[in-house]
Amino acid sequence: MNVAANTPDLRLAPSTDAVLKGSRFTVPGMRCAGCIAKIERELPKIDGVAVARVNFSAKRVAVEHDPSISEDDLTEALLRLGFEAQPIEANPLGLETQERKSLVRALGVAGFGMMNIMLLSVSIWSGAEGSTRDLFHWLSALIAMPVIAYSGRPFFASAWMALKYRRTNMDVPISIGVILATALSLYETITGGGHAYFESAVMLLFFLLAGRALDAEMRTRTRAGIGALLGRMGKSASVIGPDGTTARVAAADLEPGMLVLVAAGEALAADGEVEDGNSAIDNSMLTGESTPEPIGPGSMAHAGAINLGSPFRMRLTRTADDTALAEIARLMDEAGQSRSHYVRIADRASRAYAPVVHTLAALAFVGWMIAGAGWHQSLVIAIAVLIITCPCAMGLAVPTAQVVASGALLKRGLLVKDGSALERLAETDIALFDKTGTLTLGEPRADIASLDAEARSVALGLAQSSRHPLSRGLADALRREGVEAANVDTVEEISGQGINGGWNGLRVALERPDTDATDLATRLIIGDTSHTITFSDPLRPDAAETIAALRGQGIEASILSGDRVQAVEVAAQTLGMTARAQVSPQAKLAALEALRDSGKHPLMVGDGLNDGPALAAAHASIAPGTASDASQQAADAVFIGDRLMPVALAIRVARRTMEIVRQNFAFAIGYNVLAVPLALFGYVTPLIAAIAMSVSSLVVVANSLRLANSAKEPRA
Amino acid sequence: MTGLVFLIPIALLMGAAGLAAFFWAMRSGQYEDMDGAAARILIDDDEDAS
Repeated sequence: MNVAANTPDLRLAPSTDAVLKGSRFTVPGMRCAGCIAKIERELPKIDGVAVARVNFSAKRVAVEHDPSISEDDLTEALLRLGFEAQPIEANPLGLETQERKSLVRALGVAGFGMMNIMLLSVSIWSGAEGSTRDLFHWLSALIAMPVIAYSGRPFFASAWMALKYRRTNMDVPISIGVILATALSLYETITGGGHAYFESAVMLLFFLLAGRALDAEMRTRTRAGIGALLGRMGKSASVIGPDGTTARVAAADLEPGMLVLVAAGEALAADGEVEDGNSAIDNSMLTGESTPEPIGPGSMAHAGAINLGSPFRMRLTRTADDTALAEIARLMDEAGQSRSHYVRIADRASRAYAPVVHTLAALAFVGWMIAGAGWHQSLVIAIAVLIITCPCAMGLAVPTAQVVASGALLKRGLLVKDGSALERLAETDIALFDKTGTLTLGEPRADIASLDAEARSVALGLAQSSRHPLSRGLADALRREGVEAANVDTVEEISGQGINGGWNGLRVALERPDTDATDLATRLIIGDTSHTITFSDPLRPDAAETIAALRGQGIEASILSGDRVQAVEVAAQTLGMTARAQVSPQAKLAALEALRDSGKHPLMVGDGLNDGPALAAAHASIAPGTASDASQQAADAVFIGDRLMPVALAIRVARRTMEIVRQNFAFAIGYNVLAVPLALFGYVTPLIAAIAMSVSSLVVVANSLRLANSAKEPRA
Repeated sequence: MTGLVFLIPIALLMGAAGLAAFFWAMRSGQYEDMDGAAARILIDDDEDAS
């Protein structure tokens, strides 16, 4: 943003000295330096576009342009460059980015304070006496007070919120410890006493902030590139009036009963019934299945579908918030709320931990008072107990392990959205898979084994000139075999019929076969000979292995699919799983809820929007990278590529992570068991507190780093 | 001991300078696009500007 604002641009049309407008787009398809260069170089060549700036991490493009250019024009321009783009809201800073930034700033301040105070403290520990010690204490106080006031805010605010609702969380003992330690140190400084705990208080904040900042970083990093819900639903439609004229009407203003003309390539904005025309629609937004569905007069089409064939007329039946798509979005929204009841492991630990610490500190104070130590010394000891038990290592125990694990998974093609997702993945004990697009690849793969070399090259020559999904599937399969395309001339594509052309004086064509079989197929004609090429949607190459690996981890997997019974049966038998077919989105949701009610922790793996509610309701969920936007948003993790193994890997790494987290906790508690008696009997000086705190934090971080290799090949 | 009169302010100033540099870097968006910065180094600048 800043860069764009500071760069005066000369390409601007001379008539416009008006204020430039900023638009932002999410462009998930950017993958390399070339993409950045292409967008930043080519977009400003359009008249009226001043500057385009890419944020690669967030997969976003910010464009400064003349107000006369609409967002649709820019989306179109990006599409011509080869990038699918969606406009996003103008608000440049999301709430989450702001939170992360303020955490990092607080971390920087705490780091500065910690280093300087430590410098002074080391001199005191080395034996500075008298006026020098007092001077150093005063200097420490001067640095520490503003630093604590600034860096402690995230903790104080959170603790205050918890106390206001009569709850306690991790931040309550932290805040009490820090505030008491600071107050006591200040008192010591003013009265010229021997012990000040400024460095312990600031160091505590520094380590804890490091944990928080890591946690926030992980959340924002993996969410990049996930598009907006319902982004692909048509935003307007061409309504045909009674007099035969057409007018564009926004999706929200459409009404049932209107007659709509759907152009080729247009996304439907409402549900309706086809009145006139034959075509094929891509329903992948709704079902996750990319196989085009033929439609004709009388068939139903849903909002979000894309017309692949010729234009048709449709009578609207359900519009706006009433469409099947909106209904599913609403279900997802409701289902997702049950998950917010999940309590993170760190909070569960602190709920048990905080009362113990506070009781111990109070007991120490009372005990020493009874023993006749005087209120000053009793208070010093009570605060030493609070500081030494303050969950410094505990604050790092969870986020360090989760950040390292999610980094390791990222390298293997699995994006975990946040730490709570890892915790929930580790707890799953039963898995449900959608079939199409999840267990299978979700795209038609051509069976080309029966074709000879000549037929192959002709087929590629024809297929490469069409954008029909079957043609693209065929072309992909042929290119993978290293086939060279034959030089086919006068290629002509007739929508709904096929492609034909000429080759060496023979008529060649790819046509729709005569049979009405449910299997997808195309007929290749070369002169007088004809071949039938069938298409299938194969299982992912390692589907069986993955199911076996899950079983090895004690997770029984079954299929929950909306597809036909026969198709599901075949997959179920191949993989040896139980299956339920023809399940509606509502029934999927009900199945998940039934499992939860019976005390299970189900894992849902699915891709279509029809899986959306189930993904949101499951204890944990994973979606493939080819899934609909809404499903990716509902899922806890997204895996990329053809292989299904990342699903099993995610479970294994998540469990390993929780093991490490538990070790970290065990260490933190074990250390307290040793240190607390020292503190209780008054042997803890600021030096010991500082050393104990750093060492325990380092051990926890080192233990977490062991997870870096956890995503490597599975151990037997 | 008189050395402290110089050394402590110098240490504080250096620390504060580092902190100021960090804040400036945050504000000017240096940490906005870490992956992009890694990728941008591969872009050829000397392509003709047309």
